Amino acid sequence: MAQADRTVSPPHKLGFLRTLRTDAWWFEPALIATFLTAFFGYLTVSAFLDGWAYEIGPYLTPVFEPKLAGSYDAWYFSPALFILWVPVGFRATCYYYRRAYYRSYLMSPPACAVGDAAPKYGGESGFPLVMQNLHRFFMYGALVFVVLLWIGAVRAFYNTEGIIEGEVAETGWGVGFGSIVLVINATLLMMYSFSCHSFRHLVGGGLSCFSCSRVNRVRKGVWDRVSAWNESHRTWAWASLIWIVFTDVYIRLVANGHITDPNTWSGF
Amino acid sequence: MAQVTLQVFRGDANGGEFVDYTVEVDEGQVVLDVVHTVQATQAADLAVRWNCKAGKCGSCSAEVNGKPLLMCMTRMSTLDVSQPISIAPIKTFPLIRDLVTDVSFNYEAASQIPAFAPCAPNADDGTYRMMQQDVERGQEFRKCIECFLCQNVCHVIRDHPENKPNFLGPRQFVHLAELEMHPLDTADRTEFIRKTGGIAYCNITKCCTEVCPESIHITDNAIIPLKERIADKYYDPFRWIFSKLTGRD
Repeated sequence: MAQADRTVSPPHKLGFLRTLRTDAWWFEPALIATFLTAFFGYLTVSAFLDGWAYEIGPYLTPVFEPKLAGSYDAWYFSPALFILWVPVGFRATCYYYRRAYYRSYLMSPPACAVGDAAPKYGGESGFPLVMQNLHRFFMYGALVFVVLLWIGAVRAFYNTEGIIEGEVAETGWGVGFGSIVLVINATLLMMYSFSCHSFRHLVGGGLSCFSCSRVNRVRKGVWDRVSAWNESHRTWAWASLIWIVFTDVYIRLVANGHITDPNTWSGF
Repeated sequence: MAQVTLQVFRGDANGGEFVDYTVEVDEGQVVLDVVHTVQATQAADLAVRWNCKAGKCGSCSAEVNGKPLLMCMTRMSTLDVSQPISIAPIKTFPLIRDLVTDVSFNYEAASQIPAFAPCAPNADDGTYRMMQQDVERGQEFRKCIECFLCQNVCHVIRDHPENKPNFLGPRQFVHLAELEMHPLDTADRTEFIRKTGGIAYCNITKCCTEVCPESIHITDNAIIPLKERIADKYYDPFRWIFSKLTGRD
């Protein structure tokens, strides 16, 4: 086959950041790197913030969902680490996030038609990036988490504690701002999972003949729906990430007495 | 009517330079029109490949201000004509002269792809029938005009030409996706896509999709589905267990 050496014709040159582009190509990767660092940095810190209360009344921050018994003392380290590897693994191997961090962190490439940082490149053909193929594995786990997060969201409508924030509270069914925040959180994470490329493949994308059986025709209908969601996968990825941070911040602020959650149990 | 300075690359594989040409631009003109003006008035020997001037032949791929695009589909009004505009040949393929490159790599890559292998006729009259819902999926892939902008912008071979023997490129993955998703095709190209195609080299940065003048969702609808078909075979824990238990794929 054609040339296998590392030559390139003029006027082009090989090398990191080599480009003829004159626009602000660096803006998008810089912006994404900033936000990814901020949001994932916060969530990492939050996973270790066992000493700063993360639950109150019917609310539990999704970082610690599903709730495991005990705290650092019981587990010797943050109980969040037992569960976070699934959603973290799902996002780390997600096709959208791969695009984002390959461009913004690994700069491979930083932008289209801008020189790659890596002097040699094997992509996802060798270790460690071949592990990106575990996305299928994490996707199955993420579907379990969709159920768990919805259980947490429904539980946020049922209070079992007689005292919240030092105030006497009613028990039983009710609604608070935190309940709504957790429902939105579960919805966004569900849509992020259901718009996943791997899920899209699972429901029907793997078929080569949509019309060949009744089951295939049903799967085609589901695939159409998931394909429509998949077009906004980036939006769902960011919306769910931003909202999980907001949810965690909100519940911790309530749980630590910095703000008051309006709810029916305490009579607003 | 405005004046614009084009900085057009003049040279061959041994070297060259950007040469300034100042020309008039009429309303509605595209970059290729202005290049033709240069050719007609100031540089009769300027080499530029073009054919249809309608975005359908895929001949006039170039890099305008460093961005890979079709010159015939890029209006001058979308560019800042108060600044010089650079026009360079596409980077990934060997330069022949000026703006013309040798894109034979793409045809050599295409020649390796196992051809369409139809099943036996599925209709009573000895011919074939396909339902519209099966036809539609492949139609997106057949929009490809082979401008090779996706191949050009793909950093796997653009920044690492040494990968060319091991990587077919996004255009070929579009073709492979069309074949693999064809309901009448019987060949299994999974192993070919994984090994010869080198699909694992693709890291989903989506530049191919960004530059496609036909708006084909190359990454989402061709490359990722092919990667997922490989995951079906090699990286799906449930399928692996199922095949071990039942002895079936």
